[in-house]
Amino acid sequence: MQRIGVFVCWCGSNIAATVDVAAVAEAAKLEPAVAFATDYQYMCSESGQSMIKDAVKEHNLTGIVIASCSPRMHETTFRKTAQAAGLNPYMVEIANLREQCSWVHKNKEEATEKAIVLMRTAVAKLTLNQPLIAGESSVTKRALVIGGGIAGIQTALDIADAGYEVDIVEKKPTIGGKMAQLDKTFPTLDCAACILTPKMVDVATNDKITIYSYSEVEEVKGFVGNFTAKIRRKARYVDEELCTGCGACTEKCPSKKNPNEFNMGLDNRTAIYIPFAQAVPKVPVIDAKNCIKFKTGKCGLCATVCPSNAIKYDQEDTFVEENYGAIVVATGFNPIKLDEFGELGYGQIPDVITSLEYERLMNAAGPTKGHVLRPSDGKKPKKIVFVQCVGSRGQSCREKGYCSKICCMYTAKHAILTKDHYPEMDVDVFYIDVRTPGKNYDEFYRRAVEEYDVNYIKGQVGKIYEENGKVMVQGSDMLGNKQLTVEADLVVLATAIEPDETARSIGTMLTASMDTNDFFTEAHAKLRPVESPTAGIYLSGVCQGPKDVPETVSQAGAAASKVIGLLAKDKLVGNPCVAGSNPLLCNGCGQCANVCPYGAISYVEEEVRGPGVREVRRYAVVNEAVCQGCGACTVTCPSGAMDLKGFTNRQIMAEVDAICK
Amino acid sequence: MQVNENKEFRPRIVAFCCNWCSYVGADLAGSSRMEYPADVKIIRVPCSCRVNPMFILRAFERGADGVILCGCHPGDCHYSTGNYYARRRMTMLFSMLDYLGIEKERTRVEWVSAAEGAKFAATMNEFIDTVKNLGENRKLRDLRCKE
Repeated sequence: MQRIGVFVCWCGSNIAATVDVAAVAEAAKLEPAVAFATDYQYMCSESGQSMIKDAVKEHNLTGIVIASCSPRMHETTFRKTAQAAGLNPYMVEIANLREQCSWVHKNKEEATEKAIVLMRTAVAKLTLNQPLIAGESSVTKRALVIGGGIAGIQTALDIADAGYEVDIVEKKPTIGGKMAQLDKTFPTLDCAACILTPKMVDVATNDKITIYSYSEVEEVKGFVGNFTAKIRRKARYVDEELCTGCGACTEKCPSKKNPNEFNMGLDNRTAIYIPFAQAVPKVPVIDAKNCIKFKTGKCGLCATVCPSNAIKYDQEDTFVEENYGAIVVATGFNPIKLDEFGELGYGQIPDVITSLEYERLMNAAGPTKGHVLRPSDGKKPKKIVFVQCVGSRGQSCREKGYCSKICCMYTAKHAILTKDHYPEMDVDVFYIDVRTPGKNYDEFYRRAVEEYDVNYIKGQVGKIYEENGKVMVQGSDMLGNKQLTVEADLVVLATAIEPDETARSIGTMLTASMDTNDFFTEAHAKLRPVESPTAGIYLSGVCQGPKDVPETVSQAGAAASKVIGLLAKDKLVGNPCVAGSNPLLCNGCGQCANVCPYGAISYVEEEVRGPGVREVRRYAVVNEAVCQGCGACTVTCPSGAMDLKGFTNRQIMAEVDAICK
Repeated sequence: MQVNENKEFRPRIVAFCCNWCSYVGADLAGSSRMEYPADVKIIRVPCSCRVNPMFILRAFERGADGVILCGCHPGDCHYSTGNYYARRRMTMLFSMLDYLGIEKERTRVEWVSAAEGAKFAATMNEFIDTVKNLGENRKLRDLRCKE
């Protein structure tokens, strides 16, 4: 017979205000298996925990029920307490009286009644608990970073700095990501390339870091500490080892009319190209769709001019398989497509562009060499209108419900830089709200308004159309309480950002959960912001939510420190709540192995001895290091031989009974 | 908790929530202070695929008026495929229960992600209302378990 102790927590007033905690403790005393019950203000506090330890010793308890907050909050805390008191850490059950009782109910009588049922349920389960001992598994001391933008770069550098090997997988031909496309960064107006490209070079020269550019993660297997990833290295038709990056091929390529992705399609590139001058690795890639050699079989000019014979038209996709202890997701973002925003004229009116396009226009290495010139006629505009919140903070299905966070600041930056270069230019900004929380951010915005005389208009834009060679912007001025039509030469749309299109498939591959906007979910919104709920998966940068560069870099560092913390361990203590089969009941039918997502089940033939049984039998064996404890096999098993430790059939049945009593 | 002439009918509802999405969603409903009736009690399971049809039969046998199973959205299962198994099993079980006289409305599978606290609360409110309207469940009940 178990001797159970029940400890009811007030959680200050969080539980005690809605639940009569003393009544719950009194009710507990009536349970046959309960030897001791009490309530206390904060069970998780130092004194609460020592109270538990003392009670375990004094009353010779065999298990404890804590009726407190969610087990996701303090289950580990109380397991440690139990262990310190000499109990098996798995002889602990939590009744969730806070998140699932006191916080969701208002009626004290009903909440108390429910709390008693929840306490009884936990006691019923604990009565059937068995001490469990966790297995150990090894840790592969190597990390995988998916995405080579500033988030991935910073994470990789920080992990490598601690002495661990890191691989970066980047789907584009070069690392650098979106930050490489930026001209200046707010609020200090540092040149983005000047601060980013040295980091890119650091990554390239760091002997702990391997860059798989133009590659994608195809498959991930395993679990924390022991992942195996299959990486597809897409054929770039250029041998990375032989190429010296001289660029002779890109100069001679006759297929010159291909939209340049790096410059947002504002100019053209050749079919064999290096995305930008500081690309890492500085190795060209052949865009096979537009290459004359691939289309017609004739040409081959790049191979002829290449001094190092690096062009390989017959190159094929190759695969690399590597083991990792931890995986960092740094897949970043893209501006949303504006196809559904027909009223804004993007795509129809050449002088309506997005902010990222404007960023390229302002960049000295961009299509206009840094001169702000209209895409339609190449003339310098006299008036520029910026429109904020395009696709952000909306209610309709074409818009995003969230704030993209960076647009207020980069629009202020664009306005300041524009006025700085061309003081005679008129700059209007349509905004809903200006949001500038951040160090020196509001000061920066105020400079735009006060020093640079940028005209901020509070109101949304309803329509953009062309009239007499001018772009007409129709919007409202809420402070002036009137409708406006502004005549502009160039309109810049601050487009909402969304997670990269590969995020969803990567999330599925890693079984990392995501929210409805396809941003990765963190393990805890406040306390574990850089970890995914899936062990061993970490989040860096915008893949978790909109962020600017400083925030991304700090999150990247945080993710790296979590990875280092994991890789520094030699052994990971596993989850002992794994499946196990009873050889006396198992008939080796093979159903369980069919449903196991981890391939943890195999079969052995052995002599089985039991009451009335003595024969050679085939039965299932679970590899406890591989089993993740989902329980799919337990339900599939036709003979009831398979059970899940910590969540046994009898335990769950007992819970059901206690609830329905 | 029982039908009483003077008291409003309070159904007994068992909710199975998977540890990774729905239980977290239920916690989020709590930390966002979204109210739902106290009639529902949650059992935490590692995955929706851990729910044996026997548990649901047992619940009805012991006097439950409704059973709801919550798991991760299809494609989001922490264990990749568990919720697909759960979905198949429950489809079979619920149609059998319907045949036995336990109305389809008393049983439900719902996908609630860790970010969907509001959905969890709304689902529970709606499910409890549905079961309340159906009244007490008398089928499958083991009379020995009743007072």
